[in-house]
Amino acid sequence: MATRFIQRLLPHPLLSVALVAVWQLLANEPSVNSLVFGIILGVLLPFATAAYWPNRPQVTRPWRLIPYGLIVAWDIITANITVAMIVLFKPNRDIRSGWVNIPLDIRTPEAITALAGTITLTPGTVSVDLSDHGHALLVHALHAEDPEEVARKIKHRYERRLKEIFE
Amino acid sequence: MIVTYALIFAFAAVSLSLLLTMIRLVKGPGPGDRILALDTLSINAVALIILVGIAGATQIYFEAAMIIAMLGFVSTVAVARFVLRGDIIE
Amino acid sequence: MSHNILDIAIAAALVIGGLFTLVGSIGLLKLQAPMARLHAPTKASTLGVGSILLASVLFAFAKGAPSYHELLIIAFLFMTAPVSAYFIGKVHIHLGQNRKPLPKPARDNIWATKAKREEDTPSVPEMKADA
Repeated sequence: MATRFIQRLLPHPLLSVALVAVWQLLANEPSVNSLVFGIILGVLLPFATAAYWPNRPQVTRPWRLIPYGLIVAWDIITANITVAMIVLFKPNRDIRSGWVNIPLDIRTPEAITALAGTITLTPGTVSVDLSDHGHALLVHALHAEDPEEVARKIKHRYERRLKEIFE
Repeated sequence: MIVTYALIFAFAAVSLSLLLTMIRLVKGPGPGDRILALDTLSINAVALIILVGIAGATQIYFEAAMIIAMLGFVSTVAVARFVLRGDIIE
Repeated sequence: MSHNILDIAIAAALVIGGLFTLVGSIGLLKLQAPMARLHAPTKASTLGVGSILLASVLFAFAKGAPSYHELLIIAFLFMTAPVSAYFIGKVHIHLGQNRKPLPKPARDNIWATKAKREEDTPSVPEMKADA
């Protein structure tokens, strides 16, 4: 009874937390006023709009998002330097860009979105298209001698971890 | 003092990159390149506004930067969608 | 030296931000293929602007008037950059401007942007209206 009541009052707990955090950042100074109003908004908005998002996205192991985020941040910084070197010092005729074809093992839309976003944010690769039934991802690599190697690295480094987080 | 020099350098770099992006916007050749150039222009404009805010040591430019970032994203998606579908809202 | 560590950090963030923003635009101008051009600005600019915003946060702390709402713009840019890149890539594919032909999907029959006929449209009901 009590859990069902809480579920009705807070249909999307992660959204509520995000709303409180965004309100704190917008207010731009820590105070009790903004915290209270942020909590009011965080409870009221998901409750009022619950009818529009009936399904709760499933995140089975949310705590693993933190090491994943750190790995991605590190990759963004190192790969940015690599791409900057390629852009500045490699002549155009030496750049071997090409398509990378990644068969997907993850199935939920949230996990695929997270994987595509991660691939685009790490420089050197951009995720461009999904196959018609969502079982393969098309990625464009700026400089890849061996596309198979890039696909293997993405599957091992990101997709394996996202599968643990979301499924 | 060191911050002032760094600020001048950042102003020069961002202005130069706006100029280079402008050349790509004029040259094209395809619609995709022009959309990309416009998107880059809006992101660089955010950087320039933040730099003005640092130079003036004020916070009043924050909202302008936020709104340009948001409108830049929405207009990129709208133009890309127009090219893809011939319509924005179906 | 009269500089403290915070000043040096602000200056470093500003210089790194300016450099990466510039590299993004140089890549946009220099690279040949339309798909390759997509790489430079979406990433370099994101990190460049992120670095400049970080400098703004540090600068506010150094001034003694703490302010951290620039983090919102950083979060917004990092969330939207993949979406804009994805849409521009779709435009390139749709207009057939890529030089190398697309590979066949590892699974399924066809890439979603190329799916035109009724039997190729995604099986998800909400996406059917798009095709």
